[in-house]
Amino acid sequence: MRRHLFAAMAAAAMAALACAATPAAGERIIASLSNHRVMITPNFAGEELVLFGAIERDPNNPVRSGSYDILATVTGPRQNLVTFRKDRMLGIWVNVDSRVFENAPAYLTVLSTRPLDAIANAETLRRLQLGLDNVVLFQRAAVTIADSSRDDPFRLAFLKLRGERRLYQEQTNGVTFLTPSLYRASIPLPAEAPVGSYEIDVRLFVDGGQIARTTSAFEVYKFGFEQYVSSAAREHGVLYGLTTVVMALATGWLASIVFRRD
Amino acid sequence: MQIYLPIADLPVNIFMILAMGLAVGFISGMFGIGGGFLMTPLLIFLGITPAVAVASVTGHIAASSCSGAISYWRRRALDIPLACMLLAGGVLGTAFGVWLFTKLRAIGQLDLTIGLSYVLLLSIVGALMVAESVRAIIRSYKGKAVELRKSGAHTWFHGLPFKIRFKRSRIYVSAIPVWVIGFTIGFIGAVMGIGGGFLLVPMLIYLLRVPTATVIGTSMALTLLTMAFATVMHAATNQLVDAVLALILMVGGVIGAQFGTRAGQKISGERLRLLLGLLVLAVGLRFAFNLVLTPDELFTVRPLEGGP
Repeated sequence: MRRHLFAAMAAAAMAALACAATPAAGERIIASLSNHRVMITPNFAGEELVLFGAIERDPNNPVRSGSYDILATVTGPRQNLVTFRKDRMLGIWVNVDSRVFENAPAYLTVLSTRPLDAIANAETLRRLQLGLDNVVLFQRAAVTIADSSRDDPFRLAFLKLRGERRLYQEQTNGVTFLTPSLYRASIPLPAEAPVGSYEIDVRLFVDGGQIARTTSAFEVYKFGFEQYVSSAAREHGVLYGLTTVVMALATGWLASIVFRRD
Repeated sequence: MQIYLPIADLPVNIFMILAMGLAVGFISGMFGIGGGFLMTPLLIFLGITPAVAVASVTGHIAASSCSGAISYWRRRALDIPLACMLLAGGVLGTAFGVWLFTKLRAIGQLDLTIGLSYVLLLSIVGALMVAESVRAIIRSYKGKAVELRKSGAHTWFHGLPFKIRFKRSRIYVSAIPVWVIGFTIGFIGAVMGIGGGFLLVPMLIYLLRVPTATVIGTSMALTLLTMAFATVMHAATNQLVDAVLALILMVGGVIGAQFGTRAGQKISGERLRLLLGLLVLAVGLRFAFNLVLTPDELFTVRPLEGGP
């Protein structure tokens, strides 16, 4: 495990060196994942992925006075999600109003070393769209499309409901430093996590300013039986339906044979 | 033991689903109904989207009505020509129902439609059944014979053309009301994810005067055929049938149905109808309360149908 981890870290370091496009500031941040492919199998009940990496100091630069902070954002595949609001109409509760959140992430987790407002000021967080309060959610009501304001009731309800299903979350102690330059974080994936590709954006902050950034990604996909069934349903609908009917007839017939009394 | 459902996209406890299948299967065997009006709400309660629940339950109803229909057929309590005539209307009704289901999903009002139709249909039918069976029970206490078939008591649709004689049920009626009943049941079944047995049984008894002896077997045979058709239609058009979920429900359902059938034969017809009426009414009222009471959460989030 340890060797595996170092090998992965070495690979990540090489990759980071290969595309050395970091800004003038000295530090560089490296990130890697315990697993880049998450399989959904019949006993899938969620998973924890480990994000780890290191901060490389620049030997030419003097040691900084401030401490490092890391903020990692995991963004799942994008979906159009509708939020409905119920209201009483003629005595019954019906969905009267709705907002479509266009291309909203189906999964969003923000992990950090400290509470976000301690890492950077509100203005910086808003500009970089960091944290659940600042993430841009495009809203469509009838014809206009605009970013929802932060205290919009639909947006608040959307964040709350997604949070209850653990699809959106913010963990302000989610990233821990093992040594002053080695960090580790675990990404909780609930069983409901949708299939698709997930992007990880890791940012390094010092004294309220971002000094380095790196990205990584992983994929959640259906495997084996799950993949077989869902692709059969999609691609051969009629055949799939007929198979289900044959299954129904077979179980019904079997039961009447097994439980036959006369 | 958890199992991940490939179409519903969420893990469920396999024993819980099996137990639900058993319980609903027992009731379905006892009353000669599919039990979809119980199963669909249960699945929605577990967190399965209404669309997947409706589509998968059709497969489950097909299985439990199959095992029931076979045992009635063995006892010669199944009128095959009548079931076939009903089916002719049923297929059309089902196709129309699946089409409407797809349209309603697209405009986002499927939940409200399903909710409202449950309330209206179940409360009205439940109340009618309770009232009728209570009257029948009171009559039988007073010592009068319960007579469903009054010879010579003809209604207006007995004058309609295309008359057919159904030998096993000993009735002679026009094909038109038979088709209309078949169409209605097929349509309601596809939209609401119910077999419609609890509607079909009273319709056959009170409108067509089919004797109680053949009515349950015939209803089960029709339910089997329309639900089998609905399963294929749902799989082909909406791709929402979860075969794994359906299979677990089927296994529980068919076993429960066998025990239910035996239990049902020990109770008199009127009492059975009273119990079924109360059950139907209770589910209807439950849905009505849901619509009327202030919900805990006014907002709901779900993927936009038909979107990327």
